[in-house]
Amino acid sequence: MTPEDIQLIVALCKARAGLKIDPAKTYLMESSLAPLARREGYNSIEDLIAGLKLRREEPLIWAVVEAMTVNETAFFRDRAAFDQLRNEILPTLSRMRGPEPIRLWSAACATGQEAYSLAILAEEGHGLEPGTRIEIYGSDLSERCLEKAQAGVYTQFEVQRGLPIRQLVQHFEKVDENWRLSPRIRQRVRWRRINLAADLSAVGRFDVILCRNVLGSLDEGIRRRVLESLAAALPADGFLMLDAEASPQDLTDAFRPVSGRAGLFARNPSFRAAA
Amino acid sequence: MKTCLLVDDSRVIRKVARRILEDLGFEIAEASDGLEALAWCRAAMPDAILLDWNMPVMNGLEFLRTLRAEPGGDQPKVVFCTVESSPERIREALAAGAAEYIMKPFDGDIIAAKFAEAGLA
Repeated sequence: MTPEDIQLIVALCKARAGLKIDPAKTYLMESSLAPLARREGYNSIEDLIAGLKLRREEPLIWAVVEAMTVNETAFFRDRAAFDQLRNEILPTLSRMRGPEPIRLWSAACATGQEAYSLAILAEEGHGLEPGTRIEIYGSDLSERCLEKAQAGVYTQFEVQRGLPIRQLVQHFEKVDENWRLSPRIRQRVRWRRINLAADLSAVGRFDVILCRNVLGSLDEGIRRRVLESLAAALPADGFLMLDAEASPQDLTDAFRPVSGRAGLFARNPSFRAAA
Repeated sequence: MKTCLLVDDSRVIRKVARRILEDLGFEIAEASDGLEALAWCRAAMPDAILLDWNMPVMNGLEFLRTLRAEPGGDQPKVVFCTVESSPERIREALAAGAAEYIMKPFDGDIIAAKFAEAGLA
């Protein structure tokens, strides 16, 4: 890739999705773009970029941006976070919300394992009051990821990462060499394409937002804006779950850490969403 | 140091699994079929067993059922590691007393995750 090609990709990713791409990591760019070039019928990454410059077509631009996102995920990734949800957060919200639905959002859900992990918790209903309703939303920038998420079919390798065997046989059926989630679990999740770097003011209200392992890939200015948008989407008693080592308070006063709970943040009472 | 008995008729699998489990801090013993594994367990119960299903002499399921019927209280946690991947087989293994189940092929991350799930890490 030429320095001009690299700059073009870096600029596109930042402008469209707020992604922070290190121009020095050419190998990462090439390993992300090579499969896309093949899929789109180009002989090389250079040809793909030439096509991008020549045609300036929106679907191709977005395909390039999506290819540059990191879609690493797993069922029940970071077990401690899901233990908190099952043992503390969901039972507490269940008592407080009564007949009102508890709304959970897996923001940047990639191929859907996080949203389905929430759906499995909801289905199993540990510590929940009778009649508790839980609505689960999964969103991602990538249409391709959302298609896979919606299908709910995972490889043997994917289901063995984080999913206890009892939950596998309880909630999945084997289809050829893959595993498909039961209709009951699949129907619990609603999917939407959401670009976190875009305007999130109409996204709705959520009691818990999971936005893990994604903020680090965003440009710092965008990251602050995303955090403040997420704070505006939470009620006063809602929670934001980030990766265990995240510290959003370095960027914004919208959140305060929950004591003794790595990665868990509450909305700061003094925070007021921008009008 | 916790002990783990590797039971698999493939020397290659035992070698790969040994390296992974030693990195997880286990002291390793090896057996190439269920009967040999039973002799190990009668001499000294390990803390964990990584168990293949299809083996000559005595297969993994027969071994596990026999082990669970042994007198004495100290039973090891058993994690199956096999090419058998049908839900029926998995349910049979769980009903016989397996704590977790790995479908081959595996890697170090999967073994570490499954051992943690079984309360062994």
